[in-house]
Amino acid sequence: MATKAFQKIYTKLESITKATVSLHATGVANDELATVAGRLAQVVKTKGDLVTLQVFAGTENIPTDAEVSFLGAPPTLKVSDQLAGRFFNAYGKPIDGGPEVEGEEREVGGPSVNPYKRRQPSELIPTGIAGIDLNNTIVSGQKIPFFADPDQPYNQVMADVAMRADVDKIILGGMGLTNDDYLFFRHAFESAGALDRIVSFVNTTEDPPVERLLVPDMVLAAAEYFAVDKNEKVLVLLTDMTLYADALSIVSNRMDQIPSKDSMPGSLYSDLAKIYEKAVQLPTGGSITIIAVTTLNDGDITHAIPDNTGYITEGQLFLRADSDSGKVIIDPFRSLSRLKQNVQNKKTREDHSQVMNAGVRLYADAQNAKTKQENGFDLSDYDRRCLDYAVEYATRLLSIDVNIRIEEMLDTAWQLFAKYFSPAETGIRQTLIDKYWPKNAD
Amino acid sequence: MTTGKVIGIVSNLVTVLTDGPVAENELCYINLKGTNLLAEVIKVNGDKASVQVFESTRGLRDGDSVTFLGKMLEVTLGPGLLGSVYDGLQNDLTTMKDIFLKRGEYTNPLDHVKLWPFKPVAKPGDKVMAADWLGEVTEGWLPHKIMVPFSFKGEYTVKSVAPEGEYNIDKVIAVLESENGEDVEVTMTQKWPVKVAVRAYREKPRPDRIMETGVRVIDSFNPIAEGGTGFIPGPFGCGKTVLQHAIAKQGEADVIVMAACGERANEVVEIFTEFPELIDPHTGRHLMERTTIICNTSNMPVAAREASVYTAMTICEYYRAMGLRCLLLADSTSRWAQALREMSNRMEELPGADAFPVDLSSIISNFYARAGMVILNNGQRGAVTFIGTVSPAGGNLKEPVTESTKKAARCFYSLEQNRADQKRYPAVNPIDSYSKYLEYPEIVDYLDKKVEKGWVDKIIHAKMIVRRGKEMADQINILGDDGVPMSYHEAFWKSELIDFAFLQQDAFDDIDSLSPMERQKYMLDLILDICGHHFEFDNYEECSAYFKKMINILRQMNYSTFEDGQFNSYRGQLTKLIQENGN
Repeated sequence: MATKAFQKIYTKLESITKATVSLHATGVANDELATVAGRLAQVVKTKGDLVTLQVFAGTENIPTDAEVSFLGAPPTLKVSDQLAGRFFNAYGKPIDGGPEVEGEEREVGGPSVNPYKRRQPSELIPTGIAGIDLNNTIVSGQKIPFFADPDQPYNQVMADVAMRADVDKIILGGMGLTNDDYLFFRHAFESAGALDRIVSFVNTTEDPPVERLLVPDMVLAAAEYFAVDKNEKVLVLLTDMTLYADALSIVSNRMDQIPSKDSMPGSLYSDLAKIYEKAVQLPTGGSITIIAVTTLNDGDITHAIPDNTGYITEGQLFLRADSDSGKVIIDPFRSLSRLKQNVQNKKTREDHSQVMNAGVRLYADAQNAKTKQENGFDLSDYDRRCLDYAVEYATRLLSIDVNIRIEEMLDTAWQLFAKYFSPAETGIRQTLIDKYWPKNAD
Repeated sequence: MTTGKVIGIVSNLVTVLTDGPVAENELCYINLKGTNLLAEVIKVNGDKASVQVFESTRGLRDGDSVTFLGKMLEVTLGPGLLGSVYDGLQNDLTTMKDIFLKRGEYTNPLDHVKLWPFKPVAKPGDKVMAADWLGEVTEGWLPHKIMVPFSFKGEYTVKSVAPEGEYNIDKVIAVLESENGEDVEVTMTQKWPVKVAVRAYREKPRPDRIMETGVRVIDSFNPIAEGGTGFIPGPFGCGKTVLQHAIAKQGEADVIVMAACGERANEVVEIFTEFPELIDPHTGRHLMERTTIICNTSNMPVAAREASVYTAMTICEYYRAMGLRCLLLADSTSRWAQALREMSNRMEELPGADAFPVDLSSIISNFYARAGMVILNNGQRGAVTFIGTVSPAGGNLKEPVTESTKKAARCFYSLEQNRADQKRYPAVNPIDSYSKYLEYPEIVDYLDKKVEKGWVDKIIHAKMIVRRGKEMADQINILGDDGVPMSYHEAFWKSELIDFAFLQQDAFDDIDSLSPMERQKYMLDLILDICGHHFEFDNYEECSAYFKKMINILRQMNYSTFEDGQFNSYRGQLTKLIQENGN
């Protein structure tokens, strides 16, 4: 064994970019942490004894004779129950004025769960929002992002979902949060009296962007502690993953890597999957559910970030302003929860999936009618009924300000069907029509 | 043995300074503080070898030692492969203790203790060559042939074969004498390098029959041949995985190998949670007994993603050599292509389109070419049918992986965002999708006998109605409901009838999910009969209301057990409805 590297201090940098520095050093391990002029950095490349370090806080004002010392270990987090109720920065240092957390020091960004040791996610997480519970039911152990334009109230919705969800711990990872949004989350958690079950790791827009790269790993290390060691149900909130991916592209760009689509690194899929795949239902009862936010550029889901995300996550929740009802709704066409069939009709009422499909299909018919209307064509009676139905469906079910139980959502849907349509027009299986079609309707 | 030391690390690409000869694709172990990390040579330049590491390289240092193994990545083939869950390098995931995957933990793919009931097939004195059958054990319900290892060259004479009895896989079950008089022992297992196609068969003719899947839009509209190739491209959320699972559950094959390649772990969990419970509709046995899962989920090491599809293909080829029908499903080949891209990128190669390596197209077609129906040396037939999914970036089919795959695969099942948005599942576009096999005279003959004379013409006719309906819909959208003759509405609704009552299928309904050929023929005949009628309507609203009623009844039929009382009563309602209007 070579002598312990972290005892030696280097003082000659070979090159400096905005995000990285390179220097000659020996005995350095891949992924190891170092400090460069007091700033935390991580080894991302070695070539012979030329080592490239990614400096999280950026390299502004770092001189070529900056002191570099290697710490001999990859990034770690001290985990214990003391994490609960605390706010940390991307390095896991308290930003709430409280003391340092004491506990076992664990490497972050650790190995994946053996897929064979996983269990099938099958526990419903009700949120009270019908656009989610009725049409896109979320299950514990699932990973699902909100796709939203920057002007949508995604952080508010996410906070609502978190506060209503029946979980043991909520872990917030804020990446590039505005200070206002950070304070919003803080206030929401405090006023709900839920602070003792919340842990937050926050990188705000005031912090250097590359620091964000540490946030998901920190959050998930804490989540794994509670889910694996303590068998708790953990809900992880990650906002905003688009800003995380932007930070990835900054680093890869500075390392002269050939960009792939939308100037994102070629490894974007793997980089995002490493985070999202930490969502898990464990055999011991603990689970990690991830709800994230991916902001879009004018609804464009073909951009590399939402596109790769969509292939990794188990569905997506698409926020959209609906001009007919004047509400922000969860778009039933573009949204999807891939795990919904694990709970629908099994943990919920038997008519759930058929009601959901009929509701969305009729809403699609309304969109066709609307196109016709916009093109100046005459509308049929069915078209007009569809349009009326659509407004009420959006207001009473799709809107994000709805907060009711799933049975009420189903009953509401049946009422709307009976109000606007005949049983045959819904296409629902006859046995369910016989049982649930409102009797007071004609 | 060649050794070396680490001189460069970027993520999972490591550069090694070697002290002797190394081969392309040779394996090596990199020693990280006593843990051996498996890696594969992907480029050699002078005495420097670039290797892709199948594990995380965290903690690896400049100067760490490397030992080359003198062999390529191999799989172990033998009884016990079915029902297993492997990672991309064929480590048995079920025998690992920890919840988390441990770096450098390599487990045995096969059980060395379990006894298998062996029956000899060959006799002393028989002349044999690679892939000839020496004996047989029963694996689940399948006769698993013990073969002359694929790597044996030339002709051998059987000297002795073990008598009937129960043995473990390491038992020498035959001794063969080579042409130059050497004795070679054969056990129940053999090894084969995954990147090399197994060619131990007599010939590879064109496929001449259909593999049924119970999915109407495939079996009737775009059938895949036994030993054929197909691919399913589609944006996320269009039901690629649901469709693939349906094919896996219902596909008419003896052996299914599912390669979860860079996809979600929960999807794999779904397979090994549900499959042991589910019954194979063709044999009545548990699905898991005929299934092998190769799983390299998206968070597992990227380099092993590529290995996973090759491992899966090699296992299929092994069972094909036993005269069995194998089905390989790979979800998703785009992730494999992306893994190639990541490595090519780190090696700073000049990129092709979308930064993919320039030889992407040839890599994909070589892989698809390994599927096929073969005639074995003993005249029996075996088949590997391959269906891969493709995840086109942004749902745009004009991207390198989709384009390369389209050149290689014979069936194209295009999943469409628009159909998925309307919840028209399976979202296979009925007009763009195709099966080249419908043009094979062998297949047309086969369907003539299997279903009915002229079946393919009937399908072409049905496709025509759908296509015409689409054109009518466009016209109606442009000119308005009142701006077109009533016949346009009728033609449109006839295509909707085929769409709703035949092409759409509920994968989550116990009855509707599986539609045997007989039932498909019954329903299509019924629907085409309706389409043959001319109807009278006063206005287009009456037309749509009438057809919606018809669609509703047909859908209820799809949800009912074939030809039972409920089914027939819906059939009666339909007849009545037709009589009310049609002539």
